[in-house]
Amino acid sequence: MAGTQTAYSRKDHERAERLRYFGDVALVIVGIVVVWQILHMLAGDVAISSPLATAIRAGELLGSASFWPHAAETAKALVYALIIALLIGIGVGTWLGAHKLSGAVAEPILVALYSLPKITLYPLILLVFGLGIEAKIAFGAIHGVIPVTIFTMNAVKNINRVFLRSARVMKLTAMQTATRILLPATMPEIVSGLRVGFSLTLLGVVIGELFSSHRGMGFLVMRAIGLHDVSTMMAVTLILAVAAVAISSILLYIDNRLHRRV
Amino acid sequence: MSHEVHARLEGVTRVYPAVAGNPPVHALGPIDLDLRKGEFFSIVGPSGCGKSTCMDVLAGLAAPTEGNVWFEDKRVHGNVPDGIGAVFQEDASFPWLTVEDNAAFGLRRAGVDAAEIRRRVDYALGFVGLKDFAKAYPAQLSGGMRQRVCIARTLVLQPRLILLDEPFGALDAQTRLLMGDELLKLWRETGATVLLITHALDEAAMLSDRIGAMSARPGRFLETVETGWSRDRDSRMLEGETFGHITGRLWQMLRSESQRAMGHEGGVA
Amino acid sequence: MNRLTLIRLGVIVAFFGLLEILCRTGVISPFTMIPPSEMAIELWALIVSGEVARGMRQTLGNVAVACILAITVGFAVGAGVHALPRLRRALDPFLTTYYAVPFFVFYPLLVFIFGMNNFPMIMIGFLFAVVAMIINTLNGLDKIPRVYRKVARMHHMGRAKTALLIELPYAIPNLFTGVKLAVAYSFIGVIAAEFILAPGGLGYAISFAYDNFDNETMYALMLFILVLVTIINMSLHAYEQRLLRRQGR
Ligand SMILES: Nc1ncnc2c1ncn2[C@@H]1O[C@H](COP(=O)(O)OP(=O)(O)OP(=O)(O)O)[C@@H](O)[C@H]1O
Ligand SMILES: [Mg+2]
Repeated sequence: MAGTQTAYSRKDHERAERLRYFGDVALVIVGIVVVWQILHMLAGDVAISSPLATAIRAGELLGSASFWPHAAETAKALVYALIIALLIGIGVGTWLGAHKLSGAVAEPILVALYSLPKITLYPLILLVFGLGIEAKIAFGAIHGVIPVTIFTMNAVKNINRVFLRSARVMKLTAMQTATRILLPATMPEIVSGLRVGFSLTLLGVVIGELFSSHRGMGFLVMRAIGLHDVSTMMAVTLILAVAAVAISSILLYIDNRLHRRV
Repeated sequence: MSHEVHARLEGVTRVYPAVAGNPPVHALGPIDLDLRKGEFFSIVGPSGCGKSTCMDVLAGLAAPTEGNVWFEDKRVHGNVPDGIGAVFQEDASFPWLTVEDNAAFGLRRAGVDAAEIRRRVDYALGFVGLKDFAKAYPAQLSGGMRQRVCIARTLVLQPRLILLDEPFGALDAQTRLLMGDELLKLWRETGATVLLITHALDEAAMLSDRIGAMSARPGRFLETVETGWSRDRDSRMLEGETFGHITGRLWQMLRSESQRAMGHEGGVA
Repeated sequence: MNRLTLIRLGVIVAFFGLLEILCRTGVISPFTMIPPSEMAIELWALIVSGEVARGMRQTLGNVAVACILAITVGFAVGAGVHALPRLRRALDPFLTTYYAVPFFVFYPLLVFIFGMNNFPMIMIGFLFAVVAMIINTLNGLDKIPRVYRKVARMHHMGRAKTALLIELPYAIPNLFTGVKLAVAYSFIGVIAAEFILAPGGLGYAISFAYDNFDNETMYALMLFILVLVTIINMSLHAYEQRLLRRQGR
């Protein structure tokens, strides 16, 4: 009987704890908005629009027909870039993880590439792909592919060899081994790679749009700057930031779930 | 031997508060213990029974949930008093300092002059057998050697009460015995009071004046065994008959407790 | 030099050799890319003429300020938040999703507010680098075993002394990961900012050359930045390895 009682109080305790946690997170958000408001009051409307004004402008944008083609352009570039980054990253990463020597040779090179300011390569991309969406896709993919490769490589490298031996004992085909063993075993790390890859791909796409582009959210920001339209500029930035954080949070949630299971 | 009380635990309990959905843990007590000045006292007991917790409370690292702790007639209540040195169960050597700098750490903090630091560090490193490794970093030492670095770091401060939590846990049985001899020598030379926590019954039986056998968690003293050894004992008494009696007596008490600690409720033979 | 390094060098040489051949044979048109050898020659000319030095002074100056700010502020904030577990838990989701926000969209805003000078660039470099430092400070402090704080208390050390004499040295190898990232990220931030909109610096020089169809200068400068950043990152990496080896972690 005492056991059931502690189980109940434990559940209550957990619920209270979770409530407090969400309360704290809400407080942090409130804190960010307050700081923003103070900055607005210090700098004035010409430099920083107030949180409320920005939110209203963001609402207008989201309701206007002219906004969505730009959002769609950015989203499309992001999705294509991510797909390319994932395909190449998982492919190359698997090879580097499975083949010890290649992995050992490549790892420092990958790490070095990761910390390069890849923006310097953008003119090259523009020269190769022209000013259209292809350049943005390529630039985004260049940013995203490296973390996906690194995470996949480590996941494959660290696969428990016993799994593979058991696969042989159970007489699984190569296909079955890949889908039943390799994929589930490497999934958590690949999702981590995807999460980091998503952030960097978006960064690449948006930088591409800030620099010589005629469409997309980044372009909207630059155009608003040209027109001295602070509230539009901040509203677009806000929409982009909130969308990015939302997607990243979902990926983080999946990531945590998968990692807890293993 | 004088029976002046050096440290005293009075009805001490310790309950770890609930964290992150886990219920509170009643780890220790209530226990009473009088450590006599200059004696060598050992605590033995099953894993997780609260031995390390007992040491934390005595050292002032944790306040007792109930009861009182006294050291040299002053109340210790979660405040570390002067004159106590502790060697912990986990490796606590500083990886960024050489062995000798590790040993000198406390003296440098206390502003002792360089010559005196040299003298005491040399002595302590000699005592723990690490003279040849004075310039090495802990990463280059084995687990047992690192534990000895921590012992040296405590000894240089010349504590009047030395608390040792399984200091020889990472050593092989032979080195253990020799370190035990060294420890006895140190104890005789300094006249300090020693509280040793160990899970090795033979070690406790060989080194101690008195041995407190603890129950499974929450730890309580089942009985205190007096060994009656003379002060100038050493590991050669392992051959004697009394030694077998003491370890036998300890095991008799602890066997069922150890089974309880492992969750084998009905396993009392 | 060991076998791995040799192979790695071989791979890099082969890569540039292939580029050279593709450019020389016209598979890659000279309007797209010039051969690496010409980049190097051009770069030498730029170095001799002092043009690189001018841009580099500005860029490195901004990177240095941004990254020193990021390291000190990041460490201070990290240590402060570490001491407040409740705040830390509430901040965690923001820290982990921070890099999902494409920070450079703030850059035009910063230029707008502060004008076209070094400050907005430093800000972007700082904003980009500081959170990496905070995250790694938290990780580093997390890894300190509880027993070290007990040792500190046995030595009657207060909060500040413990932080300075025990926690900081213990965490340094981990903090160094943060420092490495802070350096790399301030570079990325500052150069990207220069690239988008700036009064000078290496990134600006590249985008200026691009706008004027001056492929020689553009590629020479690209090569320079890649080499410069690689050298800096490699030196930090080598130093970190030495630190780790000594402490055996
Ligand atoms: N910081 C803590 N928070 C919560 N519970 C703790 C904490 N430290 C110890 N405990 C609990 O208190 C009990 C006693 O722990 P303690 O470390 O004192 O045991 P011990 O006798 O030293 O064991 P061992 O011989 O394995 O070292 C254990 O059941 C443990 O789970
Ligand atoms: Mg213990």
